[in-house]
Amino acid sequence: MIHTLQDFMLHTESNTYILMGVYLICMVGFWMFLTHKDEEQD
Amino acid sequence: MPTQNNSQAPRITAAALHFMRDDNKKFSPLAVITGIILVVGTILTILRFTQGLGAVTNLTNTHPWGMWIGFDLMCGVALAAGGYTTSAACYLFGMKKYHSAVRPAILTAFLGYATVVVSLLYDVGRPDRLILAYPFVVQQGTTSLLFEVGLCVLLYLTVLFLEFTPIPLEWLGLRRARNIAVKLTLALTILGVVLSTLHQSSLGALFLIAPSKLHPLWYSPYIAVFFFVSSIAAGLSMVIFEGSLAHKAFHHRMGTTYLEEHPPLVLGYAKAASLVLFGYFMVKIVGITAGDNWHYLATPYGVWFLVEILGFVALPCFLFAMGSRNKDIGLIKFTAALTITGIVLNRLNISIIAFNWHLPLDERYIPSWMEIALSIYMVTCLILVFRFIATRMPVFDEHPDFKEHHE
Repeated sequence: MIHTLQDFMLHTESNTYILMGVYLICMVGFWMFLTHKDEEQD
Repeated sequence: MPTQNNSQAPRITAAALHFMRDDNKKFSPLAVITGIILVVGTILTILRFTQGLGAVTNLTNTHPWGMWIGFDLMCGVALAAGGYTTSAACYLFGMKKYHSAVRPAILTAFLGYATVVVSLLYDVGRPDRLILAYPFVVQQGTTSLLFEVGLCVLLYLTVLFLEFTPIPLEWLGLRRARNIAVKLTLALTILGVVLSTLHQSSLGALFLIAPSKLHPLWYSPYIAVFFFVSSIAAGLSMVIFEGSLAHKAFHHRMGTTYLEEHPPLVLGYAKAASLVLFGYFMVKIVGITAGDNWHYLATPYGVWFLVEILGFVALPCFLFAMGSRNKDIGLIKFTAALTITGIVLNRLNISIIAFNWHLPLDERYIPSWMEIALSIYMVTCLILVFRFIATRMPVFDEHPDFKEHHE
């Protein structure tokens, strides 16, 4: 339960940090998807 | 230097005669429509500056920013971002293969910013004060983000004008002045990137003052970052889109270098736009998470937000990636148009649709037909000036006298 600003910040910041971790992993996958054919041609 | 001036006189005369050449003597349907837009726009302009805002707009104290700010200014600045992205790619990141796209991009950016300033004149009124730089000299509002935006736009318009000057100087055959202007390119590019970064983000930061008025799905403490990142995608898409339109209209004016470099440019820009849109999508999700606004997605505004973020950010991101992978130029051009639509939708959402969202519908702002007509009038003027310059000056081709100077 969120009662204070501290609770709210802890909740949202925790989610944001998890999301950023997922984002960084996705970014690597997306980059590979984007450049896969270029590397094949090289 | 009298000798040099004498030798340049015939060239300037020839250029001036070329200037007055009327190469389209027939009245096509498009010309008639353009003529009607210009006549109506001129009448409405007179009405606005003689009768005031109330005569032509639906603006109120609750909605002081309308169509001219939401569309002409917000969208105009974002879509003119092709200038700084292209010149930065070419001159700062060393991607010389994109050199032929710099001139069209700079011209579009210059005319786009000029239209932004003109639209501000319509909105603010008192053009005499703007000409006298009144807000910067007499009555500065240094605590306002608008002051920073205004100052950056003023300086950046000057920078774009200086970046543009080699084109008319080559056209006029003024070799010495043109060489001085070209030497300034790198410094102007750096200045342009700095100023663009500042005011593209500041346009978003303007809304930080209205957290209770802007819908929480669009409002975020990171809104400045959203505006800046989306402007890069808008700029890249605009260069692709504008290039495809220019191919139809000015194909006969395009030099071999431009025609050879265009397909690799489209593929490269598509890849870059795909990456930028991927990042933009993620920071938008971070924005929702940071504000814990997930529950708003189940409301009508949430559905509209999802349309924007999935249909005009995630989808173009994927389509650009597919187009770049499969070297599908047609798909990339379609995606560029989709991205531009998305950016326009985003700016309209923030400044009009999701602004004052809690008010009942009858108290909401809906632009009058005259506001829309004047926006169309300004865009038409921009296209006409672009056409005038592109058909006469070395924009898409290299001037034969300066071919050896182009890197």
